[in-house]
Parts: sequence; C-alpha cells; structure tokens
Amino acid sequence: MSGPNTDYDPVEVTPLKPEEVESARDAALAAIAAATDLAELKQVRIDHTGDRSPLALANREIGALPPQARKEAGQRIGQARGAVAKALGERQAVLEVEHEERMLVEETVDVTLPTDRVPAGARHPLTTGAELIADIFVAMGWEVAEGPVIEAEWLNFDALNLGPDHPARTMQDTFWTDPQDNGVVLRTHTSPVQARTMLTRTPPIYVVCPGRVFRTDEYDATHSPMFHQVEGLAIDEGITMAHLKGTLDHFATAMFGEGITTRFRPSFFPFTEPSAEVDLLCFVCRGAGELDGARCRTCRGEGWIEWGGCGVVNPRVLTACGVDAERYTGFAFGMGIDRTLMFRHGVEDLRGFFEGDVRFTTAFGSEL
Amino acid sequence: MKTPVSWIREYVDLPTDLTTEALAAELTDLGLKLEAIEKPGDQITGPLVVGRVLTMDPEPQKNGKTINWCTVDVGDANGTGEPQGIVCGAHNFAPGDLVVVVLPGGVLPGGFAISARKTYGHVSAGMICSARELGLGEDHDGIIVLPQDAGKPGESAFGVLGLDEEVIEFEINPDRAYALSLRGVAREAALAYDAWYTDPTQRDVPPADDQGYPVVVEDPAGCPVFVARTVSGFDPAAPTPDWMVQRIQLAGMRPISLAVDVTNYVMLETGRPIHGYDADKLQGTVRVRRAREGERLTTLDGTDRALSTEDLVVTDDSGIIGLGGVMGGEATEMSATTTRVLVEAAHWDAVAMFRTGKRHKISSEAGKRNERGVDPTICEAAADRVVELLTTYGGGMAEPGVTVVGTPPEPTTITIEADLPARVTGMEIDPATTIRHLRAVGCEVAEDGTRLTATVPPWRPDLVDPFDLVEEVARVVGYGNVPSVLPTPGAGRGLTRAQRLRRRVGRTLAGAGCVEVVSFPFVGEAAFDQLGLPADDPLRHTVRLANPLSNEEPAYTTTLLPGLLKAAARNVGRGATGVALFETGTVAFPSDRGAAPIYGVDRRPTVEELAALLDALPAQPLHLAVVLAGERERAGWWGEGREAGWADAIAVVRRLAADLGVAVTVEADARMPWHPGRCARVLVDGTEIGRAGELHPKVCASFGLPKRSAAVELDLDALLARAVDVVPAPEFSTYPVAKEDVALVVDDSVRAADVEAALREGAGELLESLRLFDVYTGEQVGEGRTSLAFALRFRAPDRTLTEEETAAAREAAVARAAELTGAQQRA
Repeated sequence: MSGPNTDYDPVEVTPLKPEEVESARDAALAAIAAATDLAELKQVRIDHTGDRSPLALANREIGALPPQARKEAGQRIGQARGAVAKALGERQAVLEVEHEERMLVEETVDVTLPTDRVPAGARHPLTTGAELIADIFVAMGWEVAEGPVIEAEWLNFDALNLGPDHPARTMQDTFWTDPQDNGVVLRTHTSPVQARTMLTRTPPIYVVCPGRVFRTDEYDATHSPMFHQVEGLAIDEGITMAHLKGTLDHFATAMFGEGITTRFRPSFFPFTEPSAEVDLLCFVCRGAGELDGARCRTCRGEGWIEWGGCGVVNPRVLTACGVDAERYTGFAFGMGIDRTLMFRHGVEDLRGFFEGDVRFTTAFGSEL
Repeated sequence: MKTPVSWIREYVDLPTDLTTEALAAELTDLGLKLEAIEKPGDQITGPLVVGRVLTMDPEPQKNGKTINWCTVDVGDANGTGEPQGIVCGAHNFAPGDLVVVVLPGGVLPGGFAISARKTYGHVSAGMICSARELGLGEDHDGIIVLPQDAGKPGESAFGVLGLDEEVIEFEINPDRAYALSLRGVAREAALAYDAWYTDPTQRDVPPADDQGYPVVVEDPAGCPVFVARTVSGFDPAAPTPDWMVQRIQLAGMRPISLAVDVTNYVMLETGRPIHGYDADKLQGTVRVRRAREGERLTTLDGTDRALSTEDLVVTDDSGIIGLGGVMGGEATEMSATTTRVLVEAAHWDAVAMFRTGKRHKISSEAGKRNERGVDPTICEAAADRVVELLTTYGGGMAEPGVTVVGTPPEPTTITIEADLPARVTGMEIDPATTIRHLRAVGCEVAEDGTRLTATVPPWRPDLVDPFDLVEEVARVVGYGNVPSVLPTPGAGRGLTRAQRLRRRVGRTLAGAGCVEVVSFPFVGEAAFDQLGLPADDPLRHTVRLANPLSNEEPAYTTTLLPGLLKAAARNVGRGATGVALFETGTVAFPSDRGAAPIYGVDRRPTVEELAALLDALPAQPLHLAVVLAGERERAGWWGEGREAGWADAIAVVRRLAADLGVAVTVEADARMPWHPGRCARVLVDGTEIGRAGELHPKVCASFGLPKRSAAVELDLDALLARAVDVVPAPEFSTYPVAKEDVALVVDDSVRAADVEAALREGAGELLESLRLFDVYTGEQVGEGRTSLAFALRFRAPDRTLTEEETAAAREAAVARAAELTGAQQRA
C-alpha cells in the first residue's frame, strides 16, 4: 500500500472529512468492544479493516489528494487505523483467553473413571525372589552359575561325597530317569552346579546357584516334588567358617533388614565338614518369640527360623572336582527359595506358587 | 531318638536344678537337634490317684453293652475316705486290682474335664483310666491294671505311670549313630556340662570259652564279631518290670514280652541291637554267611523274601533262620512258650546292613543302628546285660558257656596339624584346646611336634578325615563363637548377558499384560492327546522317569503348553474372564546316547570323561510359552472389549523380538495344537524357533479354554542367542518427510508380507518406513481378491525430496509389487 496510487479506482469516493474519519474509527472501536467471541471479532475485523471498510477506502484516496492535504490526511487516517488495529489485537487476546478457559471447562472429564483396558501382567515371585538373592551376591562380587535340571548321577551325588550307599540315593528321595542304571537323575539339589563350576573354573570361585530341584515328595502345603534352591560356593585360599558366617549374616541383613543375623548349629551333610544348620533371627519379632504379647507366627515363638544348611566344603569334594585341597578351602550353603519366600511374605501354602492362579502372582507384581 | 531325662541322669551327674529345656538347648548346640520335648503329665491336672477295686457288679444295658458298677478305695483322696462309686465300661480287671482313678475336678489330655455325673442309673464319681485316656499310648482295649506293689490307694498315680517324666526327642544326624542310645546321649550331656559320666557298657563280663553255643562265621568281613550267650529256665509268662515298660514306652517303642523288651531295652541303653532266638528251636551250629542264589526266608513279620547273594544270613542245620542284623526268621522267633533263649550280640558290616534293608524295604530300630555304625567293642557287654536282665526278671539262669567269634577292628587314627581347627573355622583355637576337646569326645591324642594323632573311639565310626576332627573341636568350642567376617572376592563381572536377557524377557511379557506361572514339568500321553499331537510327533519322544509320582505323568515334558494351558483353564474355572499367562522353563529331549558313566571320586575326571558324562544328558533347551485366553482387552466406558486371537499371540512374539533386537519373520504353518489356518511358524535368520497362533478348536475344548484362545511356544535359548549385543547408533534425516499411500489389490493367496517386501524392494533407499494400515475385501475389489493399503514415508538424508522423486519411488515400489505378487493399484 506504499507509493502513490496511480491506478484508477472505480469506487466513487470523496476524501473523508476529519469528523468522518473519527466517526469511522469510533464505530470500529465500539464494534470491537462489543464483540463477545472470536467469531464476532472476525466479522468486526472484516467490516472495519477489510478492503471495503471506510478507513481502507479512505486510505486508498490519500494519493489522490493534493500534496499538502496528503500529509494531514495520511496522518489522521494512519492514526485511526492504528488505533483500530491495536484495539483488535487486544480484544483478540482477551477473547482467546476467554475461549481457552471456556474450552477447558467444557472438556472436563471424570478422572476417576477406570483405565484398565489391558489387565496388568506380573512376574512370578519365585523369579523376582531369585533375582533379589542373585543381586545381593552380585553386589558382593559373586557371579551367578547355572546348570541343567536333568543331571548326571555322578555330579548330583558321587562328586559331592554322597557315595553309592548314601540314603539320599534311594528311590524314596530321587527321581531317576528310565532306566535307572542310566545314571541320570532330576537333580535333588543345586549342588551339581557347584561341582560343574569347580570342574570348569579355577579358584578363586565365588558363585551363587539358584534353580529348580526335584524330590519324590508328595504334594502338600509344605512339600512339593519340585521346589527351588539357592546355593552358594566360595573357594579361595584361606577361606574359613568365619567367612561363611560373614556372608550369611550379610545375606540375611540385605534380605531381611538391619540387625537380622544368623546362627549356626552343628549338623551333617556329606559335602561339607564341619557342617551346620543355619538359623535366621526372626525378622518379625527380632528374636523375642512374641509380638504384642502373642506368640510370633513367623518363627512360631522360637525367635529363630530354620533357613538352610552350610559348612566348609569337604576336601573329598574338592579332590573329586579337581581343586587342590591342600591349597584351597571353601564354604558352601544352601536354602529353599520357596520356603524363604513363604516366611518372608507369610505364604501359608506352598502350592500357591505352582497353581498359576493370577490373583496370587499379580499380588507379587510389585516385587523388585 | 526319644530320651527320658531321668534315664540320661542315670549315667551323668547333671546339676539337679537343670531344666529339660536348657539341657535340650545345650545338646542341640553340640549337634543333637532338639525335635520336641514331651511332658506326658503336662496335660493332666487334678486328682489322679491309685485306687483299689473293692466291688464290681456287671449290669447289662438295653443297648447290649454291659457296664460295671464299681466301688473303689481311693484312700483319703476324695476327702471322705469312703469308697468311690464309679461306672466303668471295661472288663479287664477284677475286685482287688489296683487301678488308676481320676476324681471329679481332674482334667485329662484334650481338656477332658471329669465331674460326678449320672449315667446308667448311677452317679459315677470319677473314671477308671485307660492308657489312651491318659495320653500314654494308643492302648484302649481296657483300663490300666497296676501291679499289686505299685502304691497305696489314694497316692498320686503320676510317679507310678511315669507321668512326671520328661522326654527329649532328638533328631539324630546320620553321622552320629552313637546318639541313637542313652549311652551316647548321656555322653554328650556329660560333655556339655563337663559332668561325671558312667558308661553303661563298662561292666565285667565273663571271658569267652569254648563251652558256649557253637557259632561259625564264614564271612568275617560281613560279621566281624558274633557273641552268643544262652539263658535257660526262663519263665515266658514273667512280666516285664514296670520301670522297663515305662522307659520303653517313653522311648517310643512298644512293650511286647519280657524277652523282647529286654533286648529292646539293652539296644536303647547301649545302641547295640540284640537278637534273641528260641534256643530250643535251633538245630545245630549257628553260622553266618552270604545268602545263595535262590534262597528264601520268611522273616518274623510273616513276609516270605527272596534273598540276594549280598544278604548276610544266619543259618542253622535247618537252613536260614535270620537276615543278619536286620530281621530274624519266623521259625526261631521267641514266643509265649520260649524257656531257653540264645542271645546274639553281633557286629555287622554297615554297608551290607544298609543294602539289605533297602533291598527288602525293611526299616527297623535294629537296622537303623546297624546301617549307621555301632560300637563293635560292646557286643560282650551288651549280651551280658541282656543275660543279667533276663535272669533277674525272667527267673532263668545263665548257661556257663560264652561264645565270642572274631575281634573288633583296629581303631582308626587320624593325624592333623594342631592348628587345623583354627585354620578351618576361623576361631581362635590353640593346640591345647584342640587336644582337650578331642579327648573330651573320646579320642586318645598323641602329640608329635605340631602334629596331633587322634585314635578314634570305637563308637565313632564317622570320624575318618582330618576335617571330621575339626568339626568335633568346633562343636565343643561352640559354633556360636565363629566370628562373622566377609570374604573379599575380586571384582565380579555381574550377571551374564544371557541372565540379563532372561530378566528382560520376563519384564517384556509382564509389560504386555502376561502373568508368569511356574508349573511342574511332568507329563503323560494324556496331555499329548489333549494337544492333538499325531502319534509320531517328535514331542511324544520323552525322557521317562523310572519312579514317577504318578503313572499318569511318567515323563519330563517336551513342551510347556500342557502345564500352561491347564493353569489357564484353572483360572477360567475360578471365574477369570480373560487370562494371559507365560512360563519359561526347560524342556527335555532324550539324548539316546546311553548311560552316563559313574566315575571314582579320588581325582577329577579327565576332560574326555567329563565330556562323555555331559553328552549322555538330554538336551534341555529353555522354552517360553504364552497363552492368551478369553478377554484380552476389557469392555469399558471406552467401548467394546476384545477377545484374544491369533494376532495377539504373534504380537507378543514380535514385541519380545523387538525388545531383544531380533528380527523375526513369520510364515504360515499348520501343526497341532494350533488351528491349521491360523498358525505361524516363527523364524530367525531362516531358522525355526517356535510357533504362535490360535489354538485348534479341539484343543481349546479339551483343556476347557475359551474358543479362539491363542498360544506361543518358542525356543528361548535360540531367540536369545540372536539378541543384539551392541546396538549401533541409528542415523536419521531431519529433512521433511514425504507421505504416500497406496492401495494394492492382490489375489487372496498372496501374503501381505510378500507384498510388503516387494514394495520395500521397489521403493529403494528413499523409503523410510512402510506400514500396512488397512485390509479390505468385498465387492469393490471382486471375488477372491483383497485390497491392502500401505502408508509409505520417504525421506532423503541430505535434501528435501521433490514431488517427482517421491512419485518415482512410489511408482517403482508399486511396479515391483505388481511384478512379484501380481498386485494392481486400486483405482
């Protein structure tokens, strides 16, 4: 719109008088103020600033004026148009805010409506439990070792100093694959993983072995033909029972809380000598045996919970697995993961782990 | 092992104020684990007294029973001194007998409160008790009749019945067979309290001579010592003294007859099992040998047994008369007419005892001791003790002859460095302590510089290795003194890649709404039939169990689906409307490469030996299975719900593969248990790793699952092996994208994946992505034809594409699709 208007304008106009410019401006300002929403304001914009609006038409006539009148008219019309543009902008901003506020109110929903379109999944507590245990040991610099569940008899028994006449080798305890003289069993403990580790690695060895094991137990609230164990094995120079105690104390504290420790009682396992049963200080009553005047249900009033077995690795086992028993000593321990979770979470019936009821498992979905 | 505390105290001078609980705790710390403390009298309160039956009037009742209306002298216990009127249903007594009476106000085990009450037309003021009513055993055939000298009417019956006894039951570990006797438990108690101990086997025994019953041991390895003594003139009707009955009962055994009770009593006392023969039924020399092929024996439990050539047997001229150390034979069993008893106290080879017991499935108190190892030096003492008791209470006399065949083996010696206990336990144990404690447990110890040589006591056959001595020293020092020290392993490498990947698998599936289950891997033909597997399906070739828990499920599974589908059906049965489950677990495929060898343990197997061992094991790949049954998405305010179907199963596979960085492809397959038209074979690099899709309707029906349930089973090991290791950084352009949609009409037989592949190939490098967004069949495309609509996005790495470039790429893509699949661009 700059530059002289040299074109011929077919619209018949006369240059606006100053009062007429003011009047057109005032009419525009009044219409702007009266607009109640963005659509009305849009129409006002067209009516008062569009090509056919009085001020636009007046503006186009400025070029036709005599030079001395041009400046004055240009100034007057320019000011009027500026005032209208400014008012439009301000009103636009106000109406936009109002519009947005109204829209937000109108779009309000009931946020308490359900959102569970796809039901939640969950990992099994035996999986997360085994991972928790593994992580505690990995944090100490240990590694996690694994082996097959269908295992050589020699690795499950002989290598661990369970000789051919050991009572555990009877059909009463062990699942044998057919034919029985094939020397292949469903492992009765995760100890063959220890044997495999010693056979394939050189000390120092610090491994923890979680896994499934099998015994020919009838299925009831506290027994299952399949359950889960975690065993640990440390072989190094100068390893003692004190290191075993320190490791289990740390394990107990990491899993059950500050101040929860272990105690040893003499016991017997063919693969360890000396051997010990390990008890866990009850993490509920903290050894008191009672809680609020009633017998503690977790430890049945004992103050301690039987947790597992442990001991110094029998040098016969080291020899069978190719570890120099003169140079190295070791310790080993083992406990049931299922049983540990039962008392940790108050699971009354072992079968809950194996039934596959989603209500059981999803309850543990938040376990880390 | 149940041990009455008063019996322990007979051999150990324990502090008089020592509680049973404290004693049990100390012994537990030494390795005899407390199982339970029994106080038989604990459950009985109020007046329980000795009474003498004065009168007894049988009164038949309308119900057919006859009751006895009795008057019983209970002294002053009832406060009046008058006879007590009591109704009694038992008939095994007579006027003049001493019985046990609980008076009104008393409470018997089980909270059974006694009061005077009207019954059968009398007021019965109390009860005459049976053993079972007092919690003293199962005997309920009649009431307890006490010996005439048991006490005076009105006296408390607690002492008479042993109800004031306290019994500790120990769980005895297999290495501590010596503690299966009062002799052994008392020795441990003496050790715990450093108390004076009397060994019940320390007695003067008559020397062996050649006048005794003739015995020949033909297998001295199986039976190193055989002692025989004979008692004659024995009264088979003589009763067992009450104190002995009581102790046998408190120890958990059943009293039978004097002769049998004495042998059991001496076994409990010394740990040495004794066998008694009716000597009048024996014919000629008693011999010990191994059984011969085809020989049989009817043992005294009435079982006719075929014997093995490993079994040790006792014979006489008539043939086999007993399974040595395990169970006697019926023919020479002591009976109610036995007046002459041959007492056998023999030491048997423990391994032979274990094998025979296992072979014949005989579990007995004698066998339990013999197979774990008994002191071989106490045969003479034990036999002499039996003779003493039989003659004292059975009225017989010991015949002069004493047969002793064989000698106990030489004691074991073990040499250790004196500091070994300290080095192994981490406790501060000086050599003097080690010597003191080894002597305390019965070893003789000789010092030689820094080395100690211990001669092991004969009752400890478990002490063989140096570390066995370490445990002995450690338990006496006390396991409670082991310090707590963390070892310092070197820096670890954390979880392995495979371990981390498996965690990822579980998280991905849980994130996809699946719940993990853990099921048993046992399977039977029925499950394979339910899956509809053909008779020759390789999955039916299983690793079978020799001793399954159930004959219905005799094998280790080859597929996770049976367990998973059953779990899904269980959830549906319990009211779930939609179930999404997953399981990871190993399956097994037989190796069919023969037996796994058994090697010795005196050295490491060689590399070749180890390889042979591992080679014999079944292949055990880790599998993943998923089942999606019923509602996959719920209905709600957002709209309709959605049932699971074939696509959900494949979606799970694709999502998992994407999370692992593995490129999987699927192609149509038809194999049970899947729907033949809705089954996808899953491939990675052209290798099949499993299947996914909708289950066959018959399979859904057979497992009780909703129609259109879908399932996945993958070889997870194979999938994880191809997981991306190090992810290379992606490169992408920031120039504007050009979008083009094309709709292609193809024959129904053409696979979408093939059209997609052709489009990709034709579109060339400018194609950034391609996605099938619609499938249409209907009149507009004609019968047997399908329209597939794809959204293509083009972008160049270095410039804004011109319309001409984009159009050219699109046309090239369409042209290639037309060429390879016959696709026609839809008008």
